[in-house]
Amino acid sequence: MASVTITVNGQKRTADVEPRTLLVQLLRENHGLTGTHVGCDTSQCGACVIHVNGKSVKACTMLAVQADGASVTTIEGLADGATLHPMQEAFRDNHGLQCGFCTPGMVMSAVDLVQHNADPSEQEIRDWLEGNICRCTGYHNIVKSVKAGAAAMRKTKTKKK
Amino acid sequence: MDGSLIGSPVRRKEDQRFLTGRGNYTDDINRPGQAYAYIIRSPHGHAKIKKIDASAAAKTKGVIAVFTGDDMKVGSLPCGWQVKSTDGSPMKEPPHPPIAQGKVRHVGDQVCVVIAETYAIARDAAEKVKIDYQPLPAVVDMRRALESKSLVHDDVPKNLCYDWTIGDAKAVNDAFAKAHKVAKIELINNRLIANAMEPRAAIGDYDRSNGDYTLYTTSQNPHVIRLLMGAFVLQIPESKLRVVAPDVGGGFGSKIYHYAEEAIVTWAAGKLARPVKWTAERSESFMSDAHGRDHITHAKVAMDKDGRFLALMVDTMANMGAYLSTFAPCIPTYLHGTLLAGNYATPAIYTNVKAVFTNTVPVDAYRGAGRPECTYLLERLVDVAAREMKLDRAEIRRRNFIHADDFPYQTPVALKYDSGDYHTLMDKAIRLSGWDDFEKRRAEAKKRGKLRGIGISTYIEACGIAPSAVVGSLGARAGLYECANVRVHPTGSVTVFTGTHSHGQGHETTFAQLVAERLGLTVEQVDVVHGDTAKIPFGMGTYGSRSLAVGGVAIAKALDKIIAKGKKIAAHLLEASESDIEFRNGAFTVAGTDKKKMLGEVSLAAYVPHNYPIDKLEPGLEETAFFDPLNFSYPAGCHVCEVEIDPDTGVTKIVNFTAVDDFGRVLNPMIVDGQVHGGIAQGIGQALLETCVYDDNGQLVTGSLMDYCMPRADDLPSFKTGTHNVPARDNPLGVKGCGEVGAIGSPPAVIGAVIDALSPLGVTHMEMPATPLRVWQAINGTKHRKAAE
Ligand code: FES
Ligand code: FES
Repeated sequence: MASVTITVNGQKRTADVEPRTLLVQLLRENHGLTGTHVGCDTSQCGACVIHVNGKSVKACTMLAVQADGASVTTIEGLADGATLHPMQEAFRDNHGLQCGFCTPGMVMSAVDLVQHNADPSEQEIRDWLEGNICRCTGYHNIVKSVKAGAAAMRKTKTKKK
Repeated sequence: MDGSLIGSPVRRKEDQRFLTGRGNYTDDINRPGQAYAYIIRSPHGHAKIKKIDASAAAKTKGVIAVFTGDDMKVGSLPCGWQVKSTDGSPMKEPPHPPIAQGKVRHVGDQVCVVIAETYAIARDAAEKVKIDYQPLPAVVDMRRALESKSLVHDDVPKNLCYDWTIGDAKAVNDAFAKAHKVAKIELINNRLIANAMEPRAAIGDYDRSNGDYTLYTTSQNPHVIRLLMGAFVLQIPESKLRVVAPDVGGGFGSKIYHYAEEAIVTWAAGKLARPVKWTAERSESFMSDAHGRDHITHAKVAMDKDGRFLALMVDTMANMGAYLSTFAPCIPTYLHGTLLAGNYATPAIYTNVKAVFTNTVPVDAYRGAGRPECTYLLERLVDVAAREMKLDRAEIRRRNFIHADDFPYQTPVALKYDSGDYHTLMDKAIRLSGWDDFEKRRAEAKKRGKLRGIGISTYIEACGIAPSAVVGSLGARAGLYECANVRVHPTGSVTVFTGTHSHGQGHETTFAQLVAERLGLTVEQVDVVHGDTAKIPFGMGTYGSRSLAVGGVAIAKALDKIIAKGKKIAAHLLEASESDIEFRNGAFTVAGTDKKKMLGEVSLAAYVPHNYPIDKLEPGLEETAFFDPLNFSYPAGCHVCEVEIDPDTGVTKIVNFTAVDDFGRVLNPMIVDGQVHGGIAQGIGQALLETCVYDDNGQLVTGSLMDYCMPRADDLPSFKTGTHNVPARDNPLGVKGCGEVGAIGSPPAVIGAVIDALSPLGVTHMEMPATPLRVWQAINGTKHRKAAE
C-alpha cells in the first residue's frame, strides 16, 4: 500500500492505495468523485479527462502515486458553487451533451483548450477533441458549445481585468 | 402560455447533473458489503470445455467464490421474437446459458465467474483458473456457414436459424419477365459495434430479510429485463425483483437485451447473500455487447422504359452470431423485409432472408435495426438503376415516389404508411444542399487535384415500435404498448412516471414540456421519473424511436384522465354543471363566466377532501394510462452528402452533409436536431470508418478502440439540417420519431457520393467502410486496368 495525498477541488485528501491503482480509480473509488468516467481500457475515449496542476490529463493514463502532491480539478470542482463555469453553461445552452457520459471529459478538455487558445476555430476545436470520443452528439453541438464557451470565457476574463 | 412550450427548444433539465459530475450511472453505485465479479471469457471462437480447475483461485485470499456452468444451472437467456420459416417450421432456438455449458461458441462467451472482495483480487485470481479447451473449427463466414461441416449448435443443421420470405413471388417474376431493364446489386452491410461510451455494468443485490432481489443495470428497458430474467432465467416473481436502470450512458440498441452478466450477478447475490458488482472493461464490451448489421444482400429491380419500378427482388443472409439475442430474429425480417417498399410505389416485392448461426458475438438491433440495412440496399440499387436508365439520381426517385395524396398507402410488404410528402422533402434537400450546381464545385475541386462527388438517399422508417396486435401476429412474444402514471401532488406540482427510458434522449425535458403545456405549469414544476420497476407501474422501454410516439401518448392519455377528474372536482367546488367546466392554462372555468379554480386548488381539494363530492368520487389526483397504437409511425427524409477524395491518399473528407426530415409534430427541435446529428455521425461511421472484423478462427481482430475506428470530432463536418414535418395521421399526438433516422438515411448518401467522386475513373461500386485503403485501391485498380487495356 502507498499513501497518496492530493489536493482535489481545493481540498487536501489522503488515501492508502495499492501502487498499481490508477488516478481515475483513486478519484472514483477512494474519493467518491464519480463524475470522472471510465469509458475504455486503452486511453482512447477521454471520458476520464481531469486537470492535474492545471493541465488536462487522461486520469486513466496516470498512476495515483504519480499524482502524489499534485493539485487536481475534476468536473465536480469546475463550477463556482451554484454558478456553472462558462464552458458548462455553453454545453447546456448548445445541447452539447446527450447521455452525459463523455461530457465531464469533454468539458475539462475544452477548458484546457481555451487556456491554450482563447479563440479556437472550428477546425482547431475538432483537432483538439480528437482524444475525446462521443457516441451521441456527432460532435456538431459540442463544437458549437466549445466556441460559445470560449467566447464566454474571454468575456469573464476581460471583466476580471 | 398556450402553445409556447410545444415546439420550443427548452434547455434540458437533466443537464445540470451531467455537467457537474452528479450523474448516477450504474458503475457510480456501490452497495454496502459489495463483492466484485470478474468474468473469464472464452479465448476461442469454438471449443469444447474439457475441464475447469478453479481450486487454486478459490483458495486465494479475498476470493469469495468461483462459479462455472456446472454451478449455475438456470434457465436459458430467452429470445423475445419468433420467426417462422417459409415452410411453416419455427426458427431454431438453441439454448443460451448465462455461463457456458460444456462448449463455448464465440470469443467472449462466459466460462467462469470469480467473485472477490475487490475487483483486482478477482481479476488476479482468474489467472489461476485452469481451463482445458478442445478447439473446434469455427464457423465465421456466413456464406460458408450453410455448407460447413462444423455446427455452432449440434441440433441446428446447416447452421440455419430460419429461411423466411415475404411478398408475391409470382407477381415479381412476371414483372421481371416483361421488364424494359433490370438493375442489380450485390453488397455487404458491414458488421458494427455500438460502443455506447458507458460500458455495460450490473449490480445484483439481495435482501435477506424478505428475499427481495434488486438489479441495477445499464438497460434501455428495466421492465423487460425484469420480465425476461425473472420469468425465464432465474424464476423470481416480479413482486420479488426490482430492476433499476439509473442514468445510462448511451444505448443505441446494445442495451436493450437481457445479458448473461445481469443474471450472473443477481443469481450470485442470492447465493452469497451480498451485493455483487460487475463492470465491463471496454475490451469485454467488444466481445460481449450484441453487434449490429452484418448482412449480405443480392437485389434487383425491374423497370419500364421510363425507369418506373415494376418489381423488386431481394435475397439476404443475416448473421445471428452464436446465440439468438433478445430481438435478433426480427431485425432482418420484420424491421427489414417489410420496409422494402421504401419511399417508392413499387407494385410487387419479394424477399427471402436466411438467418445463420456463426461463432461470433450475437448480432441484434443497432441504431435503426434492419431499416438502415434495408435503406442501404434500396438506395444503392436505385443509384444503379439511375445509371442503367441514364437518369439523374434525383429524377429517378421523383418518378417512383409515392405521391403525397396517395396516403394512407398500403405497401406490398405488409405496412400501411399513414402520411408523408417525399417529393417536397427531396426538393428541400436538393435546394439546401446545392445539388443543382454541384458540377461547378466538382470542376473547381478538380483544379485542386481533388475528386469531388455528391450522393443522395431517401428513406422511410417504421418506428414508434408498438402495435401489439401487429407485432404479435409477426412473432413478438410480448406486447409493445407503453405505460404512464401522472401524479398531481396536493400543492399542484406533478411527477410523471414513464415506462420509457432516457439514455441521452432528454425525456426529462420533452415529457415535462408535454405535461407542462397541457396542465398550464412550468417545465420546472414537472418531474419525470424513469428506469425503476419499483416506481413505474410498467413499461417496455426505449428503442425503435418509440418513446414519444408511444410513451408520450400514454402520458397524454393519463393527462386526459386527470383533466376529466379535475373537471368533476371543479364542478363541485364552483357549484356548476360538469359539462360547463372548461380547462385551459391551468384553470378550470365555468364557461361564459369568470368563475374559476386553478389546478393547484383542485388538487388540494382532491387530497384534503373536506368540500368534495365524496359520494361520487374518490379522493386523490393520480392516473395511469396504457397506450397501444394501431399503426407504426413513418418518419421519412432525404440526405445529401458531398465528399472530396484525395487521390494520392484515398482519404475521403465529407465537405457537406444535408438532412431534411419529416418527424411529424416536434416538441423540442433542439433535442430532435441533436438526435439527427448523432445518427448521421453513426451512419458516416458505418460508411467510412467502422467495421468489425473476425479472422477465420473466430478471433475478434477489432477488439479495442485502437482497432475499431470510432468517428472522432475531426472525422466529421458540421451538418445542415432541415425539416418538412407532416403530422402523423395515425398517432394521436401527430409525432413520428427521430432517434434512428440519421443512421438510416446517411450511409447510402455517403457511399453514393464516394462512387460519384470516383465515377470519372470508371468506379461503379464501393463497399463500406470506404476506408482510404479501399478507395485508393479503387482508384489505382482502375488506373492500372485502364493502362493495361
Ligand atoms: S478511460 Fe478512456 S481514455 Fe481514460
Ligand atoms: S453525450 Fe453520450 S457519449 Fe457524448
